[in-house]
Amino acid sequence: MPVVCSSCEKKNAVLKRPKTGLSLCKDCFFWAFEEEVHQTISSARLFTAGETVGIGASGGKDSTVLAHVMKVLNERYSYGLDLMLLSVDEGITGYRDDSLETVKRNQQQYDLPLKIVSYQELYGWTMDAIVKQVGLKNNCTFCGVFRRQALDRAAMMLKVDKICTGHNADDVAETVLMNFLRGDIARLRRCTAITTGSEGAIPRCKPLKYAYEKEIVLYAYFKKLDYFSTECVYSPNAYRGHARAFLKDLESIRPSAIVDIIHSGENLSVKEDVKMPVQGTCMRCGYISSQKLCKACVLLEGLNRGLPKLGIGKHHKLHHKLLAQEPLTEKEEKKLKAVDF
Amino acid sequence: MCQVDEDDHHAQLETKAVLSVSQKCMKCKEGSAVLIIRVGDAFCGNCFREYFVHKFRAMLGKNRLIFPGEKVLLSVSGGPASSALLSQVQEGLRRETSKKLRFVPGIIYVDEGAACGQSLEERGEVKSQLESIFRASGFPFYIVHLEEVFNLPSSVLLCASSASDRRNESYKEAVDGFIQRASSGTQSETRQGSISYKEVQTLLSELSTQEWSGEGGTVTNRSPPFTPEQTEAVRTLLASVKTLTAREELLKTLRQHLILHTARVRGYSKVMMGDSCSRLAVKLLTNISLGRGAFLAMDTGFSDPRYGDIAIVRPMREYSSKEIAFYNRMFRVPSVFTSALDTKEPEKASIHRLTESFISKLQADFPSTVSTIYRTSEKLNTACPRPIADGELTEKCLLCLCALDTGAEEATAFRATLISENLSRNRMPDTIPALGVAKQQCCASGGEQKESCGDRVDGCHSVDRTSFTPELQTLLCYSCRLIIKDMTSVNSIPQYILSEAERRKRRAQMKEEIQDFLLNPENDAGEVTVS
Repeated sequence: MPVVCSSCEKKNAVLKRPKTGLSLCKDCFFWAFEEEVHQTISSARLFTAGETVGIGASGGKDSTVLAHVMKVLNERYSYGLDLMLLSVDEGITGYRDDSLETVKRNQQQYDLPLKIVSYQELYGWTMDAIVKQVGLKNNCTFCGVFRRQALDRAAMMLKVDKICTGHNADDVAETVLMNFLRGDIARLRRCTAITTGSEGAIPRCKPLKYAYEKEIVLYAYFKKLDYFSTECVYSPNAYRGHARAFLKDLESIRPSAIVDIIHSGENLSVKEDVKMPVQGTCMRCGYISSQKLCKACVLLEGLNRGLPKLGIGKHHKLHHKLLAQEPLTEKEEKKLKAVDF
Repeated sequence: MCQVDEDDHHAQLETKAVLSVSQKCMKCKEGSAVLIIRVGDAFCGNCFREYFVHKFRAMLGKNRLIFPGEKVLLSVSGGPASSALLSQVQEGLRRETSKKLRFVPGIIYVDEGAACGQSLEERGEVKSQLESIFRASGFPFYIVHLEEVFNLPSSVLLCASSASDRRNESYKEAVDGFIQRASSGTQSETRQGSISYKEVQTLLSELSTQEWSGEGGTVTNRSPPFTPEQTEAVRTLLASVKTLTAREELLKTLRQHLILHTARVRGYSKVMMGDSCSRLAVKLLTNISLGRGAFLAMDTGFSDPRYGDIAIVRPMREYSSKEIAFYNRMFRVPSVFTSALDTKEPEKASIHRLTESFISKLQADFPSTVSTIYRTSEKLNTACPRPIADGELTEKCLLCLCALDTGAEEATAFRATLISENLSRNRMPDTIPALGVAKQQCCASGGEQKESCGDRVDGCHSVDRTSFTPELQTLLCYSCRLIIKDMTSVNSIPQYILSEAERRKRRAQMKEEIQDFLLNPENDAGEVTVS
């Protein structure tokens, strides 16, 4: 016998919400999903009226749904925001060029301005070239660090007030787990914050922070939204994969585990006498950094000199050498070269 | 790589020596190595023993929590870590005067056979094996059965204030004073153990001897102090919990209450648990997944002060399970295997099992996983208790006695879950669900058949669910709520929990009535004298 939607109790239910286990009909689900995002935005006071907001769009499901929901809510509740799409081209053939087509389609569908920046024009390196030098193991570090800066630079070019990204509950939970496993206390504190960034940097927020990944897919499926879904070809070797597999298993045992982990992460507190990195600016490019040189500059320097391991692992002592343009000793150089197998 | 503060890994890669059979011990450099711990440290037998013993004593000495002459209850489950704990305490008490450990130990074992479905014969067998180990140690021991959970008083759930005179005395003064008293000849060292033993005897003779506990040398042939109905009640209670995860958590809570009660009654002020480093790493990750992030420091730190008068201490927390296993084997420490709730269960049966296998697999690829997790946990603090508006001491969770973390402030995960609940039932996003949780249970499970369920918005209860459930929810912390959510019926919960819940509810109602007339913040919320 068909199940009745537990919300409106009139229509037949077409899906079961992974988050609550209840069965809902299509419209009630749309309404519940959008309403939850709206509650997140209003209770965390993410935006103020009249702001220009850049939506980080990759063409994947999270950013497509984010763009759609932001547009809907902006009209429904009169946020008064100016929305635009920001996209980053990392230069991964077969992956990024296809998803960029999706972003361009999104732009036409939602009628929002779009800006694309590429690693090639910002740094002079594409991800394919980087992977050729670095190998398959640490490349996610490069991509992540470069992308963050790229997004900020694109936002500055467009004079955007805030950036919002499509990080969902699964992403935040994975990040909490990963930071715990790696012992990264500094990031543990910050990763569950819904808005990150401080003075000098453009704040970035995650309106979809409490939305399950599965629900995002359900939403996109029933709304017939168009998105591009393939895994990045370089991702299988990432450490995050372990945390993700663990999280998926947890979800199968107890579906609320994802939100439970976020709840745990929000309530963690660190002892006062633990050393925390102090925020400053990079001496070369002026970007925010806790060391003398920001991570992107260090990584770039390593790439340009053919020493790809510079930036992976801790080499604070080498930073001042790099700044002063001194040559590195042979021993140091040997350590920093890529490992050949 | 996975570690943030990793050093020159590749330099190590080139110079790593091949482990050979005739390697020398890295400490004394003379004896031939018999085992390797951590990544490459080779030890000979004697150096290893020294290392092991030294670590235990350093742990106790560094933390300065155990005062001389204090009564400490060792909770032994029969497993390798707690057996190693017992042997370390025995070892420590055997030493010469100056280096002797200065506390008075007792042993407690909680028999959970009822939970695992073991027969009385099996339980009796395990019990006799353990009894012989305990007797050999010479400490007073208590064997407590899970069925006795139904006899607990509700004062177990209250946090008693700690003995105030202790706090004023600094550790050093206490030790000095103790040494002086000892050397002045009024108490000889050798009689130390037997004096406490006699104390325990007198205490016991005052209490009603219902418990089936063996002391010292007496042979007990009394019938077990629990009835088959109680065994059945335990089984029903655990069967009413639907998931293994919640069942394990509930069992853990009941076990803690039993140990706590025994310690209080017998006059012990500290309880030592045998959690090893590996076990703690698993526990940390499990607790994060269960939503206990606010209490990580208490659940896994060296000392756990949440009960007020009794502190839980974990001296084995720096030993990896590999070290313990080697030690037990080399120095023939006896241990008994008892099956637990999750023995022989598949990997994904519960969150605890899953985390354990996850960390073991990760440890194989990244050998520093466990120690990194351990170090991270040391940097954590318990979240500051948010004071309730009227200034009263923060309320404690009914089951786990930690400060409540369900503040439902703006923009938290907890609030998001409440909103989702409401939205899925077509209520305004901001109403706190009054009977919402009760409904979710039966709607979700019986969704297929109970089509008319949705009609009676407020009256839809499963038959045996009392009105306790929503009230229990507000008295619990986030993760204990999840346990109760998994239970089909609240009736099988032991009476002491239910009556304490009732009492708190009544008190809260009273408070609400006189809210306008209260002037100063009350501070009697947590202090109760345990009689």
